[in-house]
Amino acid sequence: MSIQIENLTKKFGTFTAVDQLSLTVNDGELLALLGPSGCGKTTLLRMIAGLENPDQGTIKFQENENQVIENRIGFVFQHYALFRHMTVFENVAFGLKVKPRSIRPSKEEIKTKVFDLLKMVQLDWAVNRLPSELSGGQRQRVALARALAIEPKVLLLDEPFGALDAKVRKELRRWLRHLHDELKITSVFVTHDQEEALEVSDRIVIMNQGKILQQGTPEEVYAHPANPFVFNFLGNVNLFHGRIENGEANQVGFVRPHDISLELTPNGLDRFEAVVDRVFSIGNLTRVELKLTESGRFVDSEITKETFDKLQIKTGDKVFIKLNKIKVFQADQNQPEYSI
Amino acid sequence: MSHHPIHKLNRPGEGKLTKIVLISVALIFLSVFLVLPLITVFYQAFKFGIQPYLGYLSDPMTISAIQITLISATIAVVLNTIFGIAAAWLISKFEFPGKKIILTLIDLPLTISPVIIGIIFVFLVGVHGYWGEFFASRGIKIIFAVPGIVLATTFVTFSFVARELIPHMQGQGNEEEEAAILLGASGFKTFFLITLPKIKWSLLYGIILCNARACGEFGAVSVVSGHIRGLTNTLSLHIEILYNEYNIVAAFAVASILTVLALITLIVKKLMEYSESRDLEALEPAIAEVKS
Repeated sequence: MSIQIENLTKKFGTFTAVDQLSLTVNDGELLALLGPSGCGKTTLLRMIAGLENPDQGTIKFQENENQVIENRIGFVFQHYALFRHMTVFENVAFGLKVKPRSIRPSKEEIKTKVFDLLKMVQLDWAVNRLPSELSGGQRQRVALARALAIEPKVLLLDEPFGALDAKVRKELRRWLRHLHDELKITSVFVTHDQEEALEVSDRIVIMNQGKILQQGTPEEVYAHPANPFVFNFLGNVNLFHGRIENGEANQVGFVRPHDISLELTPNGLDRFEAVVDRVFSIGNLTRVELKLTESGRFVDSEITKETFDKLQIKTGDKVFIKLNKIKVFQADQNQPEYSI
Repeated sequence: MSHHPIHKLNRPGEGKLTKIVLISVALIFLSVFLVLPLITVFYQAFKFGIQPYLGYLSDPMTISAIQITLISATIAVVLNTIFGIAAAWLISKFEFPGKKIILTLIDLPLTISPVIIGIIFVFLVGVHGYWGEFFASRGIKIIFAVPGIVLATTFVTFSFVARELIPHMQGQGNEEEEAAILLGASGFKTFFLITLPKIKWSLLYGIILCNARACGEFGAVSVVSGHIRGLTNTLSLHIEILYNEYNIVAAFAVASILTVLALITLIVKKLMEYSESRDLEALEPAIAEVKS
């Protein structure tokens, strides 16, 4: 099932949460809505679910050229929203038990189905537990099983891993990707974590201030960011302000930390002198914070441990930096600089 | 931990004398204003022994007063429970202009003197009131009849259920309800399967307080009832009449019914607080996680 969104607008008082937004979610894809908090991504998701009414615009669900009238939507909340007074079994069975009598499965069928789903999320041992007796990651897996019980045509996830710690988050992310590959349900998930979006999704939609700034595969948006905001949002970045030779207006150069290499002696003209300010290593990566001698600005460089060991530099040393890859954007007054 | 002798701080209110004085004051106050009257009620009621006591209770006028009190309290509790849930739902789940005004109006019956409420009803639906003609021409008697007592009692106890529910429902949010609706549950099923279990303790608590107040209501009911013995007398009105007739022991015997009701209310309330805190304890890890 695909979703066509056209000219969608939603206002809360004077605040425009979603601004004339159009988007197509293709059948069977896993789409990430990525943006900073307050960018309208959750409001968009809630409108797709029918939890909010748009002020303007339409959302259409389509299957094989036909308009779908009845659509089942699975929704996973950031804080799980499990029914706290019901056991894990009752939670997962809820969507089946509340069906109208004519289409409700029998007790036995419900039982089999719930056990299958709980096995799939590896929680079949917890059928009789209450949500309060489970960890965050386990609860979110119950919430997912509950959403899948009604065999949704569309799965919507609102910051599903936002309340979990880093390790569990990573595990669940991978697990969600596998699950999607298996079930192929059209899915939309909202996140503010670029790493999560890049790692899990088929396609990323980057939003800010109620509008879509760019959409594409993770590789596309990472390699070819359409504007400074996207570049900034998709990872760490160093900014170089300056005037380009041909006299155009102010330009800003964007360089990722891993595109800055260090030399002890300048091997060319386009090198900048800098002083090592701080060094720290995580695993095989070493992050070197440098202060540019000329402008006094700070830049970050990421090099491998191996290179770092060869250079033998320490805090206070003078080095020369080389920009291996630079992306230049027109300094745009309308595009506010992104800050966390 | 330091091994030096701990320097003794002279914090205010922690001296031995302060403690004794405070406890004594509290105890004396409690005895004079609460325990003593309670003992007096039962002492006076049983002054002539158990046989006369039971005689007062089984008097037809007393039975009638109990019946009318129970009828008006039951109707008031049912109406105010429905109203309370509806109002709490409206206020906790929706944003709309005028919400503050509704919240203030809900508190009105608590801030206004019950006598005034009684007089308002006489003016509205009494024989010479605004709508008196309308009801009189249809043969419906409200003032100086049971319907008037029910109306007055309902108005006076209007706030209790809503006031208990609103803060609780506002605190819980409505994600669980949203989840239920998205799973295909109707509004009706969502309410009975999800919302009601969530609010059951505060709802019961509100109902109990509402019931206690409804049974003991005097002022508003006194104005609208007309004090017709055996027809429009509630328990509290019956006590007053007996007392005014210098039938002190009978008055205290009837009063002991209301006192027992109050004591039961207190015990049930305590039991519920205990059960609720146990429920909350089970939820604590969940709450802690959401907060972090």
